[in-house]
Amino acid sequence: MTASDGTAAGDAERDAGSAAARSAVRDGLGVGISVGLSGLAFGAAAVTAGMSVAQACVLSLLAFTGASQFALAGVLGGGGSLVAGTLGAVLLGARNGLYGLRLAGLLGVRGRRRLLTAHVVIDETTAVATAQPDPRSARAGFWATAFSLYAVWNLSTLGGALGAARIGDPEAFGMDVLGPAAFLALLWPRLTSGRAEARVAVAAIVVAVAATPLLPPGVPVMLAAVAALAGMVRTAGTRPAAERGEG
Amino acid sequence: MAVWIAVLATGVGCYALKLTGLVVPQRVLADPRVRRFTELVPVALLTALVAVQTLADGRALELDGPRLAGLGAAVAALLLRAPFLVVLAVAAGTAALLRLPAG
Repeated sequence: MTASDGTAAGDAERDAGSAAARSAVRDGLGVGISVGLSGLAFGAAAVTAGMSVAQACVLSLLAFTGASQFALAGVLGGGGSLVAGTLGAVLLGARNGLYGLRLAGLLGVRGRRRLLTAHVVIDETTAVATAQPDPRSARAGFWATAFSLYAVWNLSTLGGALGAARIGDPEAFGMDVLGPAAFLALLWPRLTSGRAEARVAVAAIVVAVAATPLLPPGVPVMLAAVAALAGMVRTAGTRPAAERGEG
Repeated sequence: MAVWIAVLATGVGCYALKLTGLVVPQRVLADPRVRRFTELVPVALLTALVAVQTLADGRALELDGPRLAGLGAAVAALLLRAPFLVVLAVAAGTAALLRLPAG
């Protein structure tokens, strides 16, 4: 201990701080390793959809955001347009930009360090970082999640891609269900947390399913972003209802 | 080749968006409507993706029994608060069992 401020209160505070940081690192490693293993599903899905093993691995290294990767593979597998598939995948990655708005302040990243940090701003790192009680453990949890998830996600992508190349018919193993099940599991806490979310989800399903026979694969999912606006209009509409009553 | 371009473009696009969030001025988030929108867009996009992957094959809508059962099993697992990987295993396992060739 090189406690220069040496008071008992200072020590206690610091101990509590490092305990929180250690707990954040444990959380991060747990999420990183368990969720990272679903890279197996992505690797298999990508190869099943017609990507090469190298393409699946490069996508995991460069995009490093599961939803977008599954989306691109899904459009390829469905025989959809590559342009629409790419746009849809990138649009799905837009939420990472929205996470960044919050993380920039929380992590205190500035200058060039943002270039490295940006690559690992995703669902899981955001979830772990924002669940911590203080900025120091938020940073610890963020980076523990980032490193473990990046390593495991990319290794398991390779494993899944190589495995799928040997498996005859991936649908026989239920692999076509893995993508939607993974999204559903990631969404679950939000779908069950509020009525606005549930309404947006229903609207998004209606839009996407209705648009599917009419538009190229990939486009209906992009179009479903409109459902979020509908959800906002409706929540905004319920509040000023009293004001409207005056006029 | 076209697939490589899609892979690289997706990688670059996804990275650019991640970076955008970190360099945008914080005051943008001050508007509650912007904050609300940031919460709802991923819900809309991911739900739509689940729906399309479950109910569509390309531009054709189709009801695949084992796939629907797999998703149903995933919902059951989520209601029982199963961990992420268990949900995936239950979903894929259910679909796989129902696809076993009879006899």
